[in-house]
Amino acid sequence: MYPAMRSTSADVFRPTDARPAPGGNIGMLRWLQENLFSGWLNSYTSLVLIGFVLWVFPAVLNWLVLDATFAGDADTCRQNTGACWPFIVDKFPVLMVGVYPQELLWRPGVACLALLVLAAVTYTDRLKGAVLVVAWLLLPVFALIMIGGAFGMVEVEQSLWGGLMLSVLLALVGVIVSIPLGVLLALGRYYGSPLIKALCVGFIELVRGVPLITILFMASVMMPMFLPPEMVINNLMRIQIGMIFFSAAYMAEVVRGGLQAIPKGQTEASLALGVSPWKTIAFVVVPQALRHVLPPLIGRCIALFKDTSLVIIVGLLDFLGMIKNSAFDPEWLGFQKEAYFFAAFVYWLICYGLSLYGRALENRGASGARR
Amino acid sequence: MMKTRIMVLAALAATVSAGAAHAGTLEKVREAGVLACGVSEGVPGFSNPNSEGRWEGLDADVCRAVAAAVLGDADAVRFVPLSSKQKILAVSSGQVEMTSRTTTWTMKRDGAEGVDFTQVIFFDGQGFMVRAESGITTAKGLDGGTVCVTTGTTTELNLADFARAQNIQIEAVVFEGKREAVEAYLTDRCDALTTDASQLASFRMSFPDPGAHTILPNLISKEPLAPLVAHGDNNWKDIVSWTVYGLLAAEELGINSANVDEMAASSSNPDVQRLLGSSVDTGNFVGLGPSWMKDAISAVGNYGEIFDRNLTIPLGLERGVNAQWKDGGLMYAMPIR
Amino acid sequence: MASILVQVAVLALVLSGVYFLFQNTQANLTARGIESGFAFLGHEAGLPIGDSLIEYNPTKSYGYAFLIGILNTLLVSAIAIVLSTVLGIFVGVARVSPNWLLAKVAAIYVETLRNIPLLLTLIFVYTVVIGSLPHPRDPISPVEGVYLTKRGVFVPRPVVEDGFILFMLAVMIAGAISISFWIWARNHKKTTGRSVPGVLGGLGVFIVISTLAFLATGGPVGAELPAYSGLNFAGGLTLKPEFVSLLVGLVLYTAAYIGENVRSGITSVHAGQIEAANALGVSRGIVTRLIMLPQALRVTIPATTNDYASLVKNSSLAVAIGFPDMVSIGGTIIGQNGQAIEIIGMWMAVYLTINLLISLAMNFLNSRVQIVER
Repeated sequence: MYPAMRSTSADVFRPTDARPAPGGNIGMLRWLQENLFSGWLNSYTSLVLIGFVLWVFPAVLNWLVLDATFAGDADTCRQNTGACWPFIVDKFPVLMVGVYPQELLWRPGVACLALLVLAAVTYTDRLKGAVLVVAWLLLPVFALIMIGGAFGMVEVEQSLWGGLMLSVLLALVGVIVSIPLGVLLALGRYYGSPLIKALCVGFIELVRGVPLITILFMASVMMPMFLPPEMVINNLMRIQIGMIFFSAAYMAEVVRGGLQAIPKGQTEASLALGVSPWKTIAFVVVPQALRHVLPPLIGRCIALFKDTSLVIIVGLLDFLGMIKNSAFDPEWLGFQKEAYFFAAFVYWLICYGLSLYGRALENRGASGARR
Repeated sequence: MMKTRIMVLAALAATVSAGAAHAGTLEKVREAGVLACGVSEGVPGFSNPNSEGRWEGLDADVCRAVAAAVLGDADAVRFVPLSSKQKILAVSSGQVEMTSRTTTWTMKRDGAEGVDFTQVIFFDGQGFMVRAESGITTAKGLDGGTVCVTTGTTTELNLADFARAQNIQIEAVVFEGKREAVEAYLTDRCDALTTDASQLASFRMSFPDPGAHTILPNLISKEPLAPLVAHGDNNWKDIVSWTVYGLLAAEELGINSANVDEMAASSSNPDVQRLLGSSVDTGNFVGLGPSWMKDAISAVGNYGEIFDRNLTIPLGLERGVNAQWKDGGLMYAMPIR
Repeated sequence: MASILVQVAVLALVLSGVYFLFQNTQANLTARGIESGFAFLGHEAGLPIGDSLIEYNPTKSYGYAFLIGILNTLLVSAIAIVLSTVLGIFVGVARVSPNWLLAKVAAIYVETLRNIPLLLTLIFVYTVVIGSLPHPRDPISPVEGVYLTKRGVFVPRPVVEDGFILFMLAVMIAGAISISFWIWARNHKKTTGRSVPGVLGGLGVFIVISTLAFLATGGPVGAELPAYSGLNFAGGLTLKPEFVSLLVGLVLYTAAYIGENVRSGITSVHAGQIEAANALGVSRGIVTRLIMLPQALRVTIPATTNDYASLVKNSSLAVAIGFPDMVSIGGTIIGQNGQAIEIIGMWMAVYLTINLLISLAMNFLNSRVQIVER
């Protein structure tokens, strides 16, 4: 019933002309032509971008290095047009550890070293998985003891903790406590009976539905109202608890993705071999699921580290808080750009470093699986 | 099954124990051996950590005086920096035993927000700071302008009231913290910064060029700043109130941190003897020891000393209405006897 | 049997936990004499609000003030979603561009923005970028009537003049005509197999008729120009620095994430398909429209849904730079009357509703592009 197809000349198959043979792939000019100047739109874009780079790059270089001040005080800086690095040098201790007592600085240093060593050991894969898990779980406890002081070490009040140390501590404790919680929530959501499932889903979706800042407000302002008067939890601890809850809900969703990826055959085989359901979950399902979701898990760690910057809104002086404080120190007024640039650099370094570390772990894991 | 029952029981037990009564604040502080005192996040002259992390200022010294009176040790204070949102709730929920944080005594807070104010330690008023070059000389001259203000304070309400009463247009930019408001003013986001006049003076002193900023003569509100305690523990409220009276009385009687021991030993003035507990154990009236004021004064000095050390010398603030009543001010200690 | 007991135990534990918190809260509230309930929403707010879509003065109620916060959150989120989508698509396409330089610049942009906290970006934009603009006394004016200052961006405001209703009527008729044309074109293609440019034609018809109507009614939309007076600009439309900073920060940050979604969408399309289409001589436009896009969207849309939801939640960082969004105004109300539980409940309700609406809309969109399986 289609309209009659009249055979006009246009409908006759006529092959298009053959395209020109590909040119050689050698030579700088060739590369330029292929990557920057193929076609007028490309060439135009390239020209604009080259102009942009030529405009921005020297300006940035001048500010960062050539016109910058590297020694002296605020007055020396004000005579130059470039960046003022003595400002960052002067403020460096405060930015790193806040007003933590000078003579006890070795203690956060040891904690930091422990973190780096454990990260390195994890990468080399020399230790058994169970040992590593225990070591990671103990790390926050060790860090808290070193920074806060216990077992005869001088106590350092929490109001003195600050700077990058506090940011890292909040993120470290947050991540390490929230992963097991997240696994439990995910298991509840995936395997739980209807009631448990409903509770887990309710918690996860409620927490994921609201901004972190409202949770932090709740933790820092409201939590005391929910607790009996004799139960006093200090501000830092309350905020840490809020961050753990927040992170756990997101971790749960990540882990759930891993659980879904485990083939049913795995659990069936394990159960058929007589392994108890709990052991099957703990030793067969969860380890595989976690390995599966390593990239998004690392992504959540990075996100949580970035999110620690929000604690300045509830009155903690973390790294960004110290940056802001320093930027408006009367003695060094007018060097905010340097402060924020430095902050951006440090955050970038840590986040990018973490993602590289994550990728390295992942590749190592992949090669391990191939063996 | 057994496990399940135990879990249920444990949960129930936890629920029941929540209803248990709590001890009085004085006992709580004595037991802990430390006074948790709420302060600001950093207002020079009132409460501000110095570079070694030691809290300085009028508010901080009042905390120390109470700790000395109660525990005999002015350093037995745990300073808890509070944001303006937290300042009332932290006291009413028992996170801190008292707060001394440039907090204005208002009827609503006293009556309906679960706290009690003790005694005014600084009579303040809300003012405006503008750039000298702006040519603004009175608060009314801000018509059509922008003012930076902090949230969660009486200041933002006063600002709105003032604009309404004067029938002028003021655009308020409301910030979460004092620091943000000051920063915004410094970056020229606003024509004026508004908060209590004493704090304006303290901020101005911290600017690189204080002369470039003027504090307008108009004060648009009354801001009696007083330490506060949780509602319901009258004895604890008495302790904080009378410690402040004691500091005021000490100045009136000429007792200071240098001569307090000598006065306690040899003064024949009955008022001095009573205050320092050498004749009558005045501390006992509120449940403290006889040396309550002696400890407090030798640690932080009398009110005048505290004022000079924190406000007059570093910030150049005059005593003004905060002078003793004998000198025409509003500071008036109730009789300690 | 055992599992039922476990369930009962868990339920009992959770309920008693909730009861524990509830009882404490009740006890704390009564002991401190703090009132509870939503009656305060009707009380006079008394607080100043810097930026509001609707008429506001301090005599209005707390409830009304909170509503302004909701509107501000919605406004900044909606605009940011549109702009970050546009920028994100551009960035994503640039990252897979054959132009080496463009791809590198886009990659640097994405890696920088994604590895720095949004709060830092916001503070930087607010204090450094906006803060370095001049005072309204001598503003930067890129175009007549547009002024960039540290007190805000001032642009002309469209003003409705006589004949506007007539003009709107004409526009609506034009819309109806062009939609019917488009439907006709689609049906025509279905029945005859001949394609008529329905979208382009419809758009053309719409533009021509609207323009003619605009001219015929004598240009019923004027512009009110901002003018400097006293301490600041008056008239025109003012975009407050806090609003601009929040918008710019959110757009830059979210666009980096959307760009990655777009890129992974594009790279998820098997190269063989494109090569096959090229080999068959299919034109580039059709390759993009009918082969690339439908498959790329399947990957891009779900991920972008999450990013939209995050954007709305991230708009709460407004509180750090003094933009009166819902969290900022709610926080002020907590500071004024201490009724935090009620306000936090309202925050959660609004955010959950917004997120629900976003995921409903995006799920609808997603169901249009997913492969229909038998």
